[in-house]
This record gives sequence, C-alpha cells and structure tokens, in this order.
Amino acid sequence: MTPVLGKDLVGLEHLSPEQIRLILDTAEPFKEVSERPIKKVPALRGKTIVNLFFEASTRTRISFEFAEKRLSADTVNVAASGSAVQKGETLVDTARNLEAMRIDMVVIRHPSSGAAGFLGNRIRSNVVNAGDGKHEHPTQGLLDLLTIRDKHGKIAGLKVCLVGDVLHSRVARSNIWGLLKLGAEVGVCGPDTLMPRGIEELGVCRFRRIEEAIEWADVLNVLRLQLERMEMGFIPSVREYYRVFGVTVERLEKAPRDITIMHPGPMNRGVEIDSRVADGAHSVILDQVTNGVAVRMAVLYLLAGGRPELAEAAQRSGGSE
Amino acid sequence: MSPPSPRPLLLQGGRVIDPSRNLDQRTDVLIQDGKIAAVGTGLATPDGAEVWDARDKVVAPGLVDVHVHLREPGQEDVETIATGARAGAAGGFSAMCAMPNTDPVTDNQAAVGFIVRQSVRAGLTRVYPIGAISVGQRGERLSEFGEMVGAGAVAVSDDGKPVVSSHLMRTALEYARTFDIPVADHCEEPSLAAGGVMHEGLVSTRLGLKGIPAAAEEIMVGRDVLLAGLTGGHVHLCHVSTRGSVALIRRGKEEGIRVTAEVTPHHLTLTDRACERYDTHAKMNPPLRESEDVAALRQALKEGVIDCIASDHAPHAYDAKEAAFDDAPFGIVGLETAFGVAHTELVGSGLLTLPELIHRMSTAPAAMFHLPGGTLKPGAAADVVVLDVAARWTVDPTAFLSKSRNTPFAGRALTGRAVLTVVGGKIAHQVEAHAGT
Repeated sequence: MTPVLGKDLVGLEHLSPEQIRLILDTAEPFKEVSERPIKKVPALRGKTIVNLFFEASTRTRISFEFAEKRLSADTVNVAASGSAVQKGETLVDTARNLEAMRIDMVVIRHPSSGAAGFLGNRIRSNVVNAGDGKHEHPTQGLLDLLTIRDKHGKIAGLKVCLVGDVLHSRVARSNIWGLLKLGAEVGVCGPDTLMPRGIEELGVCRFRRIEEAIEWADVLNVLRLQLERMEMGFIPSVREYYRVFGVTVERLEKAPRDITIMHPGPMNRGVEIDSRVADGAHSVILDQVTNGVAVRMAVLYLLAGGRPELAEAAQRSGGSE
Repeated sequence: MSPPSPRPLLLQGGRVIDPSRNLDQRTDVLIQDGKIAAVGTGLATPDGAEVWDARDKVVAPGLVDVHVHLREPGQEDVETIATGARAGAAGGFSAMCAMPNTDPVTDNQAAVGFIVRQSVRAGLTRVYPIGAISVGQRGERLSEFGEMVGAGAVAVSDDGKPVVSSHLMRTALEYARTFDIPVADHCEEPSLAAGGVMHEGLVSTRLGLKGIPAAAEEIMVGRDVLLAGLTGGHVHLCHVSTRGSVALIRRGKEEGIRVTAEVTPHHLTLTDRACERYDTHAKMNPPLRESEDVAALRQALKEGVIDCIASDHAPHAYDAKEAAFDDAPFGIVGLETAFGVAHTELVGSGLLTLPELIHRMSTAPAAMFHLPGGTLKPGAAADVVVLDVAARWTVDPTAFLSKSRNTPFAGRALTGRAVLTVVGGKIAHQVEAHAGT
C-alpha cells in the first residue's frame, strides 16, 4: 500500500517516516522536469492553486509558484498587503471566499503558529503550510532532507546540527522532526536566549559552543538570525554574535571531517555565516534552492493525487515517472 | 427594594452540609422571609409553604464565586449582569464578585452603583462589584476605595492586568486596611509574560507558540506576599496556577501574613497539553500549566494553602475564539461547569470530601471577602443550593444560559450539578424535573 499524505501538509511532526520518504522519492523524478528545455508536465492541469501569503516572502513564494507552473496548475498569488485582510476580513472568511471561486489548493504562509492547520480544518481544499509563525515550514524541512540525502547518500546515522535562532525558527522545528524520523542524530547550537524551553526533550543534543557543534557534526544547517532579535535583547550585538557563534572558515578548518554547510536563506553574510563558508566547496545552499522546487512539486502532486479525479492526469504526467 | 416575600420553602430530608457549623446530617431546612428559619428534623410545614423533596440530594449554602467577568458595561454582546447571574444561578452560585475590567472601568462610586442596581434588577445570583485598584486600571494612582465601598464594592482589583508598580501595590494594601477589604491581584510580571500565549514548556516549544514562564507569576506572588507582610494588608491572589506560587503562599501563611488565594476548576484539571491542536478554548491567562502544577494546586486546596475555587468566568464571542491561537483572546466561561468539574475531578478522585469541596466553593470564599452567605445558620440570608451529586450529565455549551460558549469542557461527562438555587429565599434556578409541589 502506498502511504498517502492526507488532505493537508501542515508539518512533519505528524508524518510517518514512510510518508516523508515517499515525498522525497517522488521529488526525484521531478528534479529532471526542471532540467528540460520545456519545464512542464501536465500533472495538475486544470487545477487552481492560491498562494495566500500573509507574510512577506520572496524565495518560498517563487519556489511554490514555479512548482505549480511546472505541474501546469493555474496559480493566483494573494499577498496580505492591499487585500481584504487589511480591511479586517478574517482568515477563514478570506479562505472561504477563495474557495467559493472553486479552487483546489491553498498554499499559506501566516505569522501565527497553527494558522495552516486552522485553515485546513475549515475548508475543503488541500492546504500546504508554507510557514506558520514559529511552528513549522514542512517543505523547507523536506528540501533540506532531500539535499542531505543527495549529498551523503543517506540520512540515517548522520549528525546534523542546527545553528542559531532555534527559538523563533519554524525551519528548525520541521528539520528536527524530519531528521529524527529518518534516523539522523540532531544537534542544536546557540545561546540559551535563542533556544526554546525543553528542546532537549525532543531528543536533540544541546551545544552552547559552536566549536563543540563543529567537532560533532557532519552537517551544519545555519539558521538565519533575524536582525530584530538583537533589538529585542536576545543577543547583545551582531558583532558579538558573529564572534561567538559565526560559522567561519577558521572554525571549520579545525573540524575532524568535511562538514556540509546548509542555510535556509536569506543569509546574513558576516552575521551567522562567513561568505567564504557560504560560497565554499562544502556549501549546498544553492542545491537546497533547486531541490525546493522539486520537493514542492512532489508535495502538490501527492496531495492532489489523493483525489480520484486526478488519477488519470497523474498517469499522463510525462515520462519522468 | 422590598419585593413581596416569596412563599416559605421547606427542603425536606436532604443531606444537609454546612461547613460553617461542621454540620453534615440528613435533616430539613426551612426558609422563610428570605432567611434560614430553621434547620432540624421533622420541621412542621408552615401555611402556604412549598415543600421540596430533597431526599437523595445535598442541601448546602449557595456557592460563592469571588472572580467572574460579566462584561457589563461595555461588552453586553458576550455577557450581561443579568445573563451572568442566570448562568451563576444555574451553576449553583448564590453570590459572585464581578471584576472591574469593564468598559468603562469600574473605578468609581457611580460605576459600582450601576452594577449593584443591575444585580438587583436581575434578582438572581447576587453580584458584588469589585472596584479597580487604580483609576482606569492604568496602574498609576489609587481609585476612591472609600466611595466604592460605600456604593457596594467588596474588594479591589486590577484583574486582567497585574499591578506593575510595587509602590502602588503597597499603597493599595495599606489604604485598603481602613475599609477591611482584600486587594486581589492578577500576578503576572509583564516583561516576562509579554507576547506569551500559553505556558512556556515542551508543548509551547513543539507548537511554536510564545510561552509565559511560571516565574512570571511567581515573581509577583512573591512580591505580593512580601508587601502584605510589610503592610499588614490582606492580599488575595487570583487564579494561582504554578507549584512555585503554592510554595510562596504556603510560606507566607506560615509566617502569619494575610494572604489568601483562589484556583480555577480548569487549572485543577487541565494541563498545557490541552493547547495541542491550537485549541483556543484552552487559551487563558494564567495559562494551563504542567501536571506537576496541577498536583500541587490540588494538594494546596486540600490543605487550605489555597483557600477557595473561583471560576474566572470570562465570556468571549464565538468569532473572537474562532481564530489562530495567537489572535484569540484569553479566557473561558466557567459558572455552569465549575461545580460539576470540581466535584467530578476532586471529590470523584477522593482528594476532597464533599463537605470540603463545599467549604472551598462557599463558606471559605464568603468569609474571605466578608460576604453574607456560606452558611445555613438560622437567621442568615437564605442563600442555598441543592445539589444532585449523583447526576450524570454531559457539558453541552449550546445549552448554557451564559451568552457565551467558550469552554474547553464541551462534551465532557460530569457527575454532580445544582438542581435548585435559592437566593434570599427566592428560587433563582431549578432543574425542571425536580420542581417542587
């Protein structure tokens, strides 16, 4: 039996390892679509997808939009600014109005944790979480998993350390769940001010010094340090953060092995990561971006495939199957 | 204010529990002219009396809730004093104290008088106003305690907000001594709690929600106990939620400091795990804590370190709670589930005896806030509840008499409920099946 994803993709916490592997395996053939001269398969032809973004995003929104277009879906982008949202319409009303126009899927980004699940429980369309508050960013977690698997040929047994602002990071949470489910060891490294309470109880190793994390890890996933965190008093200064926690060439040179460097972007060069590291031989940061499109194609395809009327379209979705 | 006296009421053959006199026996209670006329076996039926068969029932002093939000004036769409009093009567309460975080704030004599008048008009559960500690609850200068007490206020509080300034809290405790009223504080250190929407712990980490650490409450509990010690004033700590607070209150009491405390039915029965799935009906302030906290709160209630149960009844509109967790308001309704939840969970589990529970929901809070009630002593006002402690029922929010339905207990099977509530000798609520003859 093929494990299916259910109606929505809200997070990785409640997916099984089999479901996660299914998404990663499904993403493999979709990688090739983006390499063709004509980057399109008809898998979601006739389907309407709304990208509902209540928070600014460039990379994630564009990545989803490419994924949708390469699957031949019709897409509409709705940004919170200038929309009915600013006139006081609630999240549910916005979604229900969109649904009344007969859409098939909603890709939502929202500043409130739980917003994607909230929406999914209230509308019939499939909902894909493109980041909800500090909760999860499942497609980012999946593209990170795919990138690690590409680079190392496996995930189980690898030591992956998330570095930086885990407290405010939905990417960190999705990474933790996905990596643990696929058998990796997970570390977190940063000052206690940027670590959520009880993080160790999720089954991760805690590092307070970047040198120890580098000594331990096979992969570093360096999180973005939101510069407003400094104003809120979580760290004293960017300068000091870089000095104490920055991932630099000098620090990596002392590592006992080559360490794969990841970053979900957008990067603050010279804050959490040294440019020479970000652009270095072991960086897979741009591979992450490339894989993002394939993983999102896989997610959209699998969610749509849960519905019988799409089965035929899915079979015609090109020679890449 | 002298409506015609209702018919005398004879409650016959019930298990009469009066914690104020350590009474627990099968006997009769006669109510006449708005007062308890007699308690004894085989009482004669006066002419024209209504006789109520209380066999298999418990007759007790009406329940007293020292912490409710009735939203009038200002938010009459979610609750009014009349609908709150109706919900209170249905829950077995004969008296309750309304917090002053209304709009406008109940911080003056006229506003206090308005609540008293609305309560009399409703003619159900007695509603005693609590005046604001500070003008506009802005935490800057004291409101006129004397004028408000003259108009009927029974305590002062800035509940909904903490008293941030320790100097203001000190002066409030000192000034309140003249009127012998408690100063009730919502303990929350605002810089630690800022932006928090649930308890800070493993669940908040998993959900990606900003937590409110236990220390945010405990710092203020500790401060208030120290200030009560300094001033000799009576500090009452609202909705205590952490084991650390319990320890601080215990220490204060051991030192003879005038500190009292309340706990809600939900903090005695639910943990932060109720927030999983982002259920906004589990969003309240203080937040639901951990199972160790629940255990400590229960033990503290048993020992009297926490003096009473209060509902913190906080009605909100459906639309307000039908939102993402961050965006929903804090608070749940509780008047109609308080006794059922407490009885099922605390008496049902063997933690408290039934007389102990009635003490904590009636006699103790009445004494703490110097309210009439909490007793069945002959001559006292006839504020009485008849409880069917064997009644099994399921919480159905659509059946609530409150205007609001925001409860985390929907669908919960409970045992025990009020079947008759008498306020000043008048029947304020009765369950149809039990109507008397």
